[in-house]
Amino acid sequence: MSLPKPAMRGLLAKRLRFHLPIAFALSLVAAAAFKFAVTEPRKQAYADFYKQYDAMKEFNAMKEAGVFQSVRPSGE
Amino acid sequence: MLASRALVRGLQSGFWRRVSTSSSAWAAHTHDVDVIDCSVPQYNNRLDTPLPDIPFVRNLSAEQKKLKEKEKGPWTQLTKEEKLAIYRLTHELTFPEMKKGSKEWMTVLGGIFFFLGFTGLLVWWQRVFVYGDVPHTLSQEWVEKQTQRMIDMRVNPVHGFAHKWDYEKKQWK
Repeated sequence: MSLPKPAMRGLLAKRLRFHLPIAFALSLVAAAAFKFAVTEPRKQAYADFYKQYDAMKEFNAMKEAGVFQSVRPSGE
Repeated sequence: MLASRALVRGLQSGFWRRVSTSSSAWAAHTHDVDVIDCSVPQYNNRLDTPLPDIPFVRNLSAEQKKLKEKEKGPWTQLTKEEKLAIYRLTHELTFPEMKKGSKEWMTVLGGIFFFLGFTGLLVWWQRVFVYGDVPHTLSQEWVEKQTQRMIDMRVNPVHGFAHKWDYEKKQWK
């Protein structure tokens, strides 16, 4: 009936030594995943949109559709 | 409506109380389910209090008294059955028996779903008989005109609404 004496000290340190590197690694992975899955595609989509964007053409299309108050379609 | 639900709950607790005291073996023990005298020590089955204040069986029969006398001697002379009997005199349940789960959660979950469903019926009745008409801006015609205007205005042209409209073919992509 002689059990070994259990660890009495350093319990938190032991736990932190194990869990902190894992926590940091997982956080970095989460940040990297978000960057490459969300922000980079989003930036690319905006860049592609504005590469072929003709502001005057869009403006005239909107004007003819009649959505503006200050400039009415050419018919009126 | 509320009185009937209170009645159901009262019936359920009364049913469980009757089930817990139906066994005649309970009469010999220290439980007094209806009125507990809190001025004297109570017996309890608790994981965090392994040594209760009083033994489970207070009124020992002649046989049990003999066993208690034998317990005063060397314990190596007790048989295994005697040791277990002595344990059961002082304790009602062992730790595994205390920790054993029950199927109560099924009843609880069933009750939750039942009353959620009943609430759903009430909400439905309310929607039909209490609420007035929906605003005219939710009518089919208005929503069509609104959608056309949103397309004309180029709402969210990069990722969202107008992005999904094909302006050449004049249809959704």
